[in-house]
Amino acid sequence: MRGVKPTEQEELMYRAIQTFLVALCLLVSCLATGLRAQEDIRPLVDALGATSFPQKIEAVKALAASGNPKVADILQNLTDGKLYAPKTGGAVYLEGAADGAYLDALTGAPANEVPGNLAKIRLNNGLRGAIGAALSQLTLLSPDRAARLTASQDLLKDANPDNLALLNSALAQEKDAEVKATMEAARAVILLKTDASAEDKKAAIDMIAARGNRDALTILTAAMDNAPDDLKPAIEKNIASIKTSLAAWDVAQNIWYGLSLGSVLLLAAIGLAITFGVMGIINMAHGEMVMLGAYTTYVVQQTVASVAPGMTDYSLAFAVPAAFLFTGLVGVGIERSVIRWLYGRPLETLLATWGISLILQQAIRTIFGPTNRQVDNPSWMSGAFEVGGLAITYNRMWIIVFSLGVFVALLLLLKRSKFGLQMRAVTQNRRMASSMGIRTPWVDALTFGLGSGIAGMAGVALSQIDNVSPNLGQNYIIDSFMVVVFGGVGNLWGTLVGALTLGIANKFLEPYAGAVLGKILILIFIILFIQRRPRGLFALKGRAVEQ
Amino acid sequence: MITQMLFSRHEKKTVWAVFLILLAAALVPLANLLIPEGSAFHVPGYLVPLLGKYLCYALLALALDLVWGYCGILSLGHGAFFALGGYAMGMYLMRQIGDRGVYANPLLPDFMVFLNWQELPWYWYGFNHFAFAALMVVLVPGLLAFVFGWFAFRSRVTGVYLSIITQAMTYALLLAFFRNEMGFGGNNGLTDFKEILGFNVQAGGTRAALFAATAIALALALVLSSAIVRSKYGKVLVGVRDAESRTRFLGYRVENMKLFIFTVSAMMAGVAGALYVPQVGIINPGEFAPANSIEVVIWTAVGGRGTLIGPIIGAILVNFGKSIFTAAFPEFWLFALGALFVATTLFLPKGVVGTVQQFIARRKEQKKADAVEQAYQDKAAAKAESQLATLEPQAAE
Repeated sequence: MRGVKPTEQEELMYRAIQTFLVALCLLVSCLATGLRAQEDIRPLVDALGATSFPQKIEAVKALAASGNPKVADILQNLTDGKLYAPKTGGAVYLEGAADGAYLDALTGAPANEVPGNLAKIRLNNGLRGAIGAALSQLTLLSPDRAARLTASQDLLKDANPDNLALLNSALAQEKDAEVKATMEAARAVILLKTDASAEDKKAAIDMIAARGNRDALTILTAAMDNAPDDLKPAIEKNIASIKTSLAAWDVAQNIWYGLSLGSVLLLAAIGLAITFGVMGIINMAHGEMVMLGAYTTYVVQQTVASVAPGMTDYSLAFAVPAAFLFTGLVGVGIERSVIRWLYGRPLETLLATWGISLILQQAIRTIFGPTNRQVDNPSWMSGAFEVGGLAITYNRMWIIVFSLGVFVALLLLLKRSKFGLQMRAVTQNRRMASSMGIRTPWVDALTFGLGSGIAGMAGVALSQIDNVSPNLGQNYIIDSFMVVVFGGVGNLWGTLVGALTLGIANKFLEPYAGAVLGKILILIFIILFIQRRPRGLFALKGRAVEQ
Repeated sequence: MITQMLFSRHEKKTVWAVFLILLAAALVPLANLLIPEGSAFHVPGYLVPLLGKYLCYALLALALDLVWGYCGILSLGHGAFFALGGYAMGMYLMRQIGDRGVYANPLLPDFMVFLNWQELPWYWYGFNHFAFAALMVVLVPGLLAFVFGWFAFRSRVTGVYLSIITQAMTYALLLAFFRNEMGFGGNNGLTDFKEILGFNVQAGGTRAALFAATAIALALALVLSSAIVRSKYGKVLVGVRDAESRTRFLGYRVENMKLFIFTVSAMMAGVAGALYVPQVGIINPGEFAPANSIEVVIWTAVGGRGTLIGPIIGAILVNFGKSIFTAAFPEFWLFALGALFVATTLFLPKGVVGTVQQFIARRKEQKKADAVEQAYQDKAAAKAESQLATLEPQAAE
């Protein structure tokens, strides 16, 4: 090994030197091209100092068309009134930092010999307009991708045929797919306005139609007016197809919003489905359990922020179990102290739990104050992404995932665990279950605690999309009851179907009837539905029903 | 026959209650208007509409008691009937403002001018006549209750399901009345009333008269309820409450009986709302809030459901407590109300009146039992004495 080493080192060194030399050559040639490019436009820059406005406008246009990166700065300086030229016309200088100091307008280096009769280059409205147009075109060539994207989108909106040449040159250089697509669309729109050949126009129409969004629709509708007759059928066909696809995306978007609302309803109602559906208890304090869960999230977030500020993004991971345990314990407490005396008297339970809900609300108001509390979204829950024509926000998506997760977990708990078995046994025949050795009072307490705990978890989710205030629960209690009653009591699947149906129906009614009227229609629908099927969508059958 | 029904068979308690209410109807206005200020018996002006408000609530609670206490229908939507009656009266009062509103439009109420409406909506026609408005006060809630009840009772929606859909009903109305497009003043409701039947709403005399009218209405409602409850129909109604299926199997049309009492009760609630509005001076969609309707339930429960004077006492007691509490410790009113809900259901299921009645009944029974015991003991003692007396001569012998 030792014997080989020197040669290796030599080789490495040689390579390094080679690379350095190549880099040096590249740098020099780059600088040279840069300088050359700068010098190319010097006559144009100096033309800005011309005495007549039309000449100046010509110079601005020529500068813009040159595609030189320095042009934007120069034009900006011109609008800011920082450029000076001799009154008789001639070389242009940039105002320096100190009084009477001038810089070279092109390079920004201190100018050596300055003529004595320098004056600010004057602007008029025509010139200002030309500068504005030139600047917006120039950003098409900007090295910043975002700037190019906005510039091309602007161009797409007011397609000015004057920009065609520039657009063509920008297109030739463009590498980024999205910017390029926008530019091509803009080019197509411009082509439609010019008297390009019918073939080009047809290609342009197809190009625009392929974008298939609302903008394309407006462009094509506008193009209809001054299109030649032989192109009109093609445009009409494309307009029709865009309309169909837009309608389809609208439906998809409504379904998505509906699923999102439905998942929130599901979360709020599923705990109620346990207490009301399984135990037959009307828990009017259910909404307050949701509210307690949301406040637990707030407290956990504050604690995490003060103890481990680096972990704030994961505070929800602590908040979910904390909210479940806390509200679950409160639920067990309520069951043991109040509800157990009221079994078999559902209307009295309703009143007592309503009283509890008032007490809880006021307690939270006394502790945390009546105003909203700020619960922040973690970074992985903010923002959105697009799928086709659908805009999907992360927080809504995670809430759908979360609510389905809770649903599945609950279903497994009820069907597969020993506790679930005992719970179902007590529901079906309390005395028999008791004779088989099941401690029914404990099952009651735990079931109620489970329902409350799930409400608390719902509160964690709702804290991400709703205001955390003492009234949070009130907004959901009636909706939750509607879901449970509509879906059918004593059946979790009914709650799932009920929540999603109501959510989607609500969102489909909203565009036609407005949010409030839509909700009223849903309520009326449920009231009528209960008349037809008093036991809900998925009614229990058999002897247990009449109890 | 109807008069006979109205005036013959009432419990002694009810007669006393009617008498007391009518006495209040006479005395409170007199004490307010005639007795000079500074006297210990003077009723200050602010108190008159407050007391009137309590009596409106009492009437509402009585209406709820008819369906809940006597028929077992726990309506969580009686506030809706109350508010509808109130809106009918409010519309009349709005039309009475005439061109004295802020915009001085002779035809349109202020909020319609504000919303740029050009003409009066058709459902506002007729409300410038008091008689029409008064008719609507009972008809609108009655019709709603009839339609709602017809659907609900026919398909045998009972128990908590019925409670929940009545709550949904009042919630839907709450949302609807919040909309400006409904033409009922939206968020702000109807207010700024000037005159009722040509009298200034703010004037002391009008307020005293309104109080008297409320008290008389309550007394009449009490007599009517007592007549209903003590009739044969009323007895069957209690049967429906306690064993609905059994009553149905006996051949009664349970749904019709429920529908009748539900509609009557809604009309009474409407009257309560109509009397409430001119005394309070405003009606807004907040009256439809489900929480309000549940509060009515607790007044009835505290006083004692299934008794006629219970809800009246309950409504006055709870609202008096609310006035005191919200003035002294506003923070704690909800704690107190919540605790009241829990305590009443746990410890006073029969309410104040029911518990007192039970206590009295038990004492009576105890007395009777004591008397029987006493008589037995006396008898035994007498017997023993006589035995002793018969024995004594023997012993002496």
